[in-house]
Amino acid sequence: MQGVPYLRLLGLVVALTVVTSVIMLIPDWNGEQASTAAPKIDQLLDVAIILSSFVFSVVMVMLGYSIHRWRARPGDESDGAPLHGNTRLEIAWTAIPTAIVLILAAYSWIVLDDMEATASNAMPVEVTGQQYAWSFEYPDENIQADELHVVKDRQVAVEMRALDVLHSFWVPEWRVKRDAVPGAPGSGIDDDFVVTPDRAGTFTLVCTELCGLGHATMRAPVVVHETQAEFDRWAAEQEPIPPEQPQPAAASSA
Amino acid sequence: MIQAALVRPGWWRALAYFLIGSGFGFALVIGLRAIAGLDLFQTEQTGYPHIVVPAITGPLGFLVGIGCFDYWFRWASGAPTIPDDHADHGARTWRDYFKVNTDHKVIGVQYVCTTFFFFFVGGFMAMLIRAELAQPGTQIVDPGVYNGLFSTHAALMIFVFVIPVFAGLANYVLPLMIGAPDMAFPRLNALSFWMLPVAGALFLASYFVPGGAFDAGWTGYAPLSTGAPLGQSFFNLGVQFAGASSVATALNFLVTIITMRAPGMTLWRMPLLVWANLSTSLLVVAATPFIAGVQFMVLFDRVLNTNFFESAFGGDVISYQHIFWFYSHPAVYIMMLPGFGIVSEVISTHARKPIFGYRLMALALIGIVILSYTVWAHHMFVAGMFSWLRVPMMITTLLIAVPTGIKIFSWLGTLFEAKIHLKSTAMLFALAFIVTFTIGGISGVMLGMIPIDIHVSDTYFVVAHIHFVLFGGSVFTIFAGVYHWFPKMTGRMYDERLGRVHFWGTLIGTWGTFVPMHWIGMEGMPRRVADYASEFGAWNLEISIAAFILGAVQLVFLYNMIVSWRYGPKAGPNPWRAKTIEWQVSSPPPIFNFDEIPRVVGGPYEYGVPGARHAIMAGEKAEVKPPERTEAGIGAAS
Repeated sequence: MQGVPYLRLLGLVVALTVVTSVIMLIPDWNGEQASTAAPKIDQLLDVAIILSSFVFSVVMVMLGYSIHRWRARPGDESDGAPLHGNTRLEIAWTAIPTAIVLILAAYSWIVLDDMEATASNAMPVEVTGQQYAWSFEYPDENIQADELHVVKDRQVAVEMRALDVLHSFWVPEWRVKRDAVPGAPGSGIDDDFVVTPDRAGTFTLVCTELCGLGHATMRAPVVVHETQAEFDRWAAEQEPIPPEQPQPAAASSA
Repeated sequence: MIQAALVRPGWWRALAYFLIGSGFGFALVIGLRAIAGLDLFQTEQTGYPHIVVPAITGPLGFLVGIGCFDYWFRWASGAPTIPDDHADHGARTWRDYFKVNTDHKVIGVQYVCTTFFFFFVGGFMAMLIRAELAQPGTQIVDPGVYNGLFSTHAALMIFVFVIPVFAGLANYVLPLMIGAPDMAFPRLNALSFWMLPVAGALFLASYFVPGGAFDAGWTGYAPLSTGAPLGQSFFNLGVQFAGASSVATALNFLVTIITMRAPGMTLWRMPLLVWANLSTSLLVVAATPFIAGVQFMVLFDRVLNTNFFESAFGGDVISYQHIFWFYSHPAVYIMMLPGFGIVSEVISTHARKPIFGYRLMALALIGIVILSYTVWAHHMFVAGMFSWLRVPMMITTLLIAVPTGIKIFSWLGTLFEAKIHLKSTAMLFALAFIVTFTIGGISGVMLGMIPIDIHVSDTYFVVAHIHFVLFGGSVFTIFAGVYHWFPKMTGRMYDERLGRVHFWGTLIGTWGTFVPMHWIGMEGMPRRVADYASEFGAWNLEISIAAFILGAVQLVFLYNMIVSWRYGPKAGPNPWRAKTIEWQVSSPPPIFNFDEIPRVVGGPYEYGVPGARHAIMAGEKAEVKPPERTEAGIGAAS
């Protein structure tokens, strides 16, 4: 292994890591952020991109340099050097990736716990998916609607219900997603999650679990109100939950 | 004459037995319903027993008729078996490839050609999908047909292309590599092959039944699948035949590898392709029964009114996903480990170097086998399963990147101080695989991180990832393997110029198609939609154009293979100057592979080691000294 400019290759890896990271961090990958979870997830993604850029750069530099340096001349029928391995190197490329993925796992776990921390003033909403429409019930206000209305900076505690097949709740700007499972609420189904919107405006709820012919168009408007008062005004205009609703709910939970 | 045609195994008898089998199934259903006093024809969309049962008995009749069971039936009934004169060994004309044949080399070619037929059918469906997605809105197909297209595209590519094409390549190469005259169970091998066209035909037949092709995705999640039209039953049944084929082949490989290696071939002298197929087979035999079981449960829910997945009657919807992924995550490695084996052979041969860290390479395969059983629920982070399952599954998922990384780095180490020959298309595909698969692995690690997965699950990010690892990964290795062993299988060389056109077109097409999908997924485009928000229109048009380039360039490959097979220049036994045993016999190899079983005396990749040999072939004994087992010290003791 003489004549290999290891220091220069290492420099090349560092330079390529920096260049790749910078290029990959410029685009706004996940788009607009509109919940408290969004910046945390995006930051986690940025860390993953930087560590991945390092791994990618190592692979590209090793591959590119090898092809450049040891490409066989036409007519050269000789063999390469009979190297069978290098224990220290093999330990290194087992241990370093292990450390990288364990760091990513620990950081992911921290972000996950952070995302799922519940607040005491959360507003409960029951989200129901059916082919091919969403509906929303607010037990505290005793109203129902076919648009999701919430309040900026107030946590929403969502419970998912499905009437026919699987559906999935996704608001890309909030970075949260959860399937609606037929049979929920029930044992073994974790059908509730929390999200805290922190930007007022109108967004779109997208179904992301294939649910049949109308799957692509199964969407609902999401409105984040600036103030609780604004939400209350909207809530006052909505229809109450019909009284016969509790009966099937009681039957399915029994 | 007609009578003789119906008695002799072959296509006429297969047709007759298929009709008899179908008629029997039909009569059985109608008869039982009549006795029970039910309506003769039950035509709720999930029912149709008078079509579902013949869809089981008809294909079984076909398999009997074509001749897969003749020998066993004679044996079982006590009748004299036809002496094993090997009349059905080897192929003399192209017609012999359309008969039941027990020669592993013929079966290997049958496998590869059949699976590539389904590759082109599935690829044509992908072209239709991209044509529909080129613009927002629905133009070419309605959402129902669209859902059928992507479901059948995936089912064909996974169950009757990627998984079995590896079994086909290994079928041809592996017995030669270990110095065996054939597979351990040649008749079972033939049956394994003939179940494949049956599986593919069932998938395609779903287009012609009421309600159209199955359209619940290749994942077939309940309860969408339990309530879907009749085509879904054809998916349930096709998976049974493909799965039975896989399991039988895997058992065959296990017994062949364990018991039939040439003298001297210790575990640590096995080529890595053999290690890879040993690992893959361990996954197949233990995991495949789970998907077979879960598809039967769906079929029973549909036809027999059981309630495995009917939540209203005590069924558990999420359990479908657990059982399905307990197979289908290991299946990801079933579709990748044989490719790892191919890449090891190709890189070592065309770089003229021993594999760097051979033993760790083999152990990494075993590590992947063990870990791959512990990661399935990472497909279900947003499914509403038990929350506490998520973090352990995330940790094992990220850890599985470590043995995979070991393999990537060891291939790169193999290139160190090598003599890299880039003339061969096989080598180009193997090197491009390293880069493309690294990116697929990186997006896989990101998907394994729960918070990121929550955002991008079920979006085009996942579509991008799966195609980077399955197309940029598995299919690149399949091309590398086909180009590498084409001279061995056909005795002729392919055209390297056309090979390079195919390679560069495929590489550019793959990146152009699947790189932008990452972004539109993160930005908010869900997967499995015929229509999408207009903001994604520009990228989708670019993706479709790249996909059409990718599709068109595969025709160059097809032309190259067909024309070279017929008219290519003679290849000679060992055009790549490789060391493994399959290259030490003629191309194509003689009918029983070896006149005398070779003796293995060293490792498979001893390039550049002066005087090192992997195997001593018959007739060479005089010139080479008996093997010295220096490692064990046996040679030194005497």
